[in-house]
Amino acid sequence: MDTTLGLVLFSGTDDTLNAAAVLTAGAAAVGRPVHVFLQYWALDAFRASKIDGDHGAAPEAGDEGRAAMAAMRAAGQAPWSETFRQAKDIGDVTIQACSLSMDLLHLEHGDLDPVVDGIEGVAAFMFAAGDGQIVFI
Amino acid sequence: MTTLDIAQRVDAKGLACPLPIVRTAQAMKTLASGQLLEVLATDAGSVKDFDAWSKSTGNALVESGADGGVFRFVLRKK
Repeated sequence: MDTTLGLVLFSGTDDTLNAAAVLTAGAAAVGRPVHVFLQYWALDAFRASKIDGDHGAAPEAGDEGRAAMAAMRAAGQAPWSETFRQAKDIGDVTIQACSLSMDLLHLEHGDLDPVVDGIEGVAAFMFAAGDGQIVFI
Repeated sequence: MTTLDIAQRVDAKGLACPLPIVRTAQAMKTLASGQLLEVLATDAGSVKDFDAWSKSTGNALVESGADGGVFRFVLRKK
């Protein structure tokens, strides 16, 4: 259970980010290191100015899906940003921003929420992911 | 019925996955080896989750039961 789980996050909607946060927390809880790599719209969602905002849902969610998500939030479900923070607290989790996506979005390190640990390129990520699985969300 | 010496209790009733396990992992960090942690949860998936968590982390699942809709787990820190 100690091979690193590499999670590449591409989608920036609340549904996929919440799913990714749950996977990260679950892996961290069973002692599995997680290396999260933020690309494109997932990276955009981690901006300090946007992280607590509404990031919508994938089109397939439809109105019913959005209503279900709103109901979970109203019932006290933690936002995905908080689940990622808790995952870091209980296990070996690092969250890195893709340097190419930083360029794409004209971002600097200071623009990102502190839950993001740093910026790295794809080679560094691949090295860190090692022989573990790499999942693209 | 033996009374267990519970060092800490986690009330995860009403919390959905992954919070029961997350709260348990957080609480377990504060315990010393051999101490017991009791968790109450209502999440339907928690029975399998706690069994799996116990096996993965080596923190023994000393008791696992249900009373009404509430699951009760007692774990020993390894």
